[in-house]
Amino acid sequence: MKKKRSLPSILYLSLLFLFLFAPIAVLIVFSFNEGRSTVNLSGFSLRWYKNLFSDEATLQSLCNSLILAVSSAAISTVMGTLAAYGISRMRRKYFKGLLLGVTNVPMMNPDIITGISLMLMFVFTGTLLGLAESLSFATMLIAHVTFNLPYVILSVLPKFNQMDPSMPEAALDLGCTPVKSFFRVELPEIMPGVMTGGLMAFTLSLDDFVISYFTKGSGFQTLPLLIYGMTKKTVTPKIYALATLIFLSILILLILTNVIQSRDERKQMKIQKSLNRDPVADKED
Amino acid sequence: MTVNRTGQEKRAPRGVARSFLQRFAAAPHVVWSVLFIIVPLLFVVYYSFTDREFAFTLDNIKGVFTARYMTILLRSLKLALIATVVCLLVGYPAAYFISRLSPRRQKMLIMLIMLPMWMNFLIRTYAWMVLLQDEGIINGVLEQFGIGKLRMMYTEGAVVLGMVYDYLPYMILPIYSVMTKLDIRLVEAASDLGCNSFGVFRKVIVPQSMPGVVSGLMMVFVPSVSTFYISQKLGGGKFYLIGDAIETQFNANNLHMAASLSLILMILLLVGMFVMNRFSADDAGGGLIP
Repeated sequence: MKKKRSLPSILYLSLLFLFLFAPIAVLIVFSFNEGRSTVNLSGFSLRWYKNLFSDEATLQSLCNSLILAVSSAAISTVMGTLAAYGISRMRRKYFKGLLLGVTNVPMMNPDIITGISLMLMFVFTGTLLGLAESLSFATMLIAHVTFNLPYVILSVLPKFNQMDPSMPEAALDLGCTPVKSFFRVELPEIMPGVMTGGLMAFTLSLDDFVISYFTKGSGFQTLPLLIYGMTKKTVTPKIYALATLIFLSILILLILTNVIQSRDERKQMKIQKSLNRDPVADKED
Repeated sequence: MTVNRTGQEKRAPRGVARSFLQRFAAAPHVVWSVLFIIVPLLFVVYYSFTDREFAFTLDNIKGVFTARYMTILLRSLKLALIATVVCLLVGYPAAYFISRLSPRRQKMLIMLIMLPMWMNFLIRTYAWMVLLQDEGIINGVLEQFGIGKLRMMYTEGAVVLGMVYDYLPYMILPIYSVMTKLDIRLVEAASDLGCNSFGVFRKVIVPQSMPGVVSGLMMVFVPSVSTFYISQKLGGGKFYLIGDAIETQFNANNLHMAASLSLILMILLLVGMFVMNRFSADDAGGGLIP
């Protein structure tokens, strides 16, 4: 097998990345455009950014999105981690398989069906309870936790399964209570999985449009819902400015996580090395 | 909760009895799953078979099986299928090429593939609206070359393009991840035994990458077939898809019709997934390892 880069593959990948990034690049360039045109650049200006930030709705919905994403990620991370712990200790195979199958339903189902099904239940119970409005922040939060859960569980569960079972046993033998052992032994071990799951839940929730659209309450607007409202009307470069800012924040976040990840890997390698070292030599230094 | 009640003595590993925490840690999740996954799906069925007074009726289901909705359903399937095949044709070589690069380059390129994926799909779709519109950049360039304006917005092609652009990373990533785990010894063995590179590709690499392909196909097809934003924006409402139909009924507060359309879509996807799994199971046994 050739491991070398060949010309066709470079050409192919370049074209692919051109396809992936050209539309975004166009948005970014035109967000700094003086005029409204999307064909001609008439000069550099930050007019659309000012326009964006003078609009209170933008900041309000960004704030709402963050509140929703943080709270739904927190709830689903705690519940999902506990669930993964319980599932990894489950002995009845059938129940375990069934539970995992049901957990994955929101991941496999199209978003529109998850949204519609939750909305139907909320509307039904809302009318039953005689509420003036069945949909609210709470219903949106429930929906977000529901679609976040499978991602948390899927990133935490393997960590529990990979863990050496003798570690918590040793802790218990040495007098830890099970709860103490969970926090002192198991939790530090699975922490990378919990972090990945939590981060994934946060970003998914921040990004979600379809499920929010069907379960939203009237007073609570998130950023994707705001974007939807903006794109309904005529083209305005304000959206380009918003898109540019979102792109930049994702880029920074991605680079940061990458840096942290590679630093973690290096740390791990160091630990591995020190473990492999001769214990006598270790004592000497 | 009857989560873990029986069978302790018999199946307890190393004779350790499970603590309260271990037994009931999953309980909140079990309750949550029943309340917010299973019950809502039952509500979809319930609404599908009832009218506004919640009396039993088959009218909604019958309503789906009319010429109007069948056309919409077939169009959704057709466009989503085209988009999925295009994604496979574009994404497979991309995943293969990336997996052949050095680890550092691989990591960087995969990050670049994921980057647009993390942007909201509303914005990604909107970006194409900007590019494709009659007064857009592409037409501007075409005019410079004297080709003249093309009508690109509000065509089926634009809708498919939107689906491909939005969901292509979902095809590349799973295929890439199986490609990196590919058993290189089998590739070497095949070439040692006289396979040419095309033969190696067809007989060793393709069968081994099948699980990635199957999950890629599903990850592109499911959101494509159920979209309503892409068809609204790039199709201009002319190419109504099943997602549009559901959304319209929802906005018209005709929840019973929205439910039955969702039910049909769900059943369709379940059947599709079942068939897919059968296919991939057959392929896995397809003569790679006896």
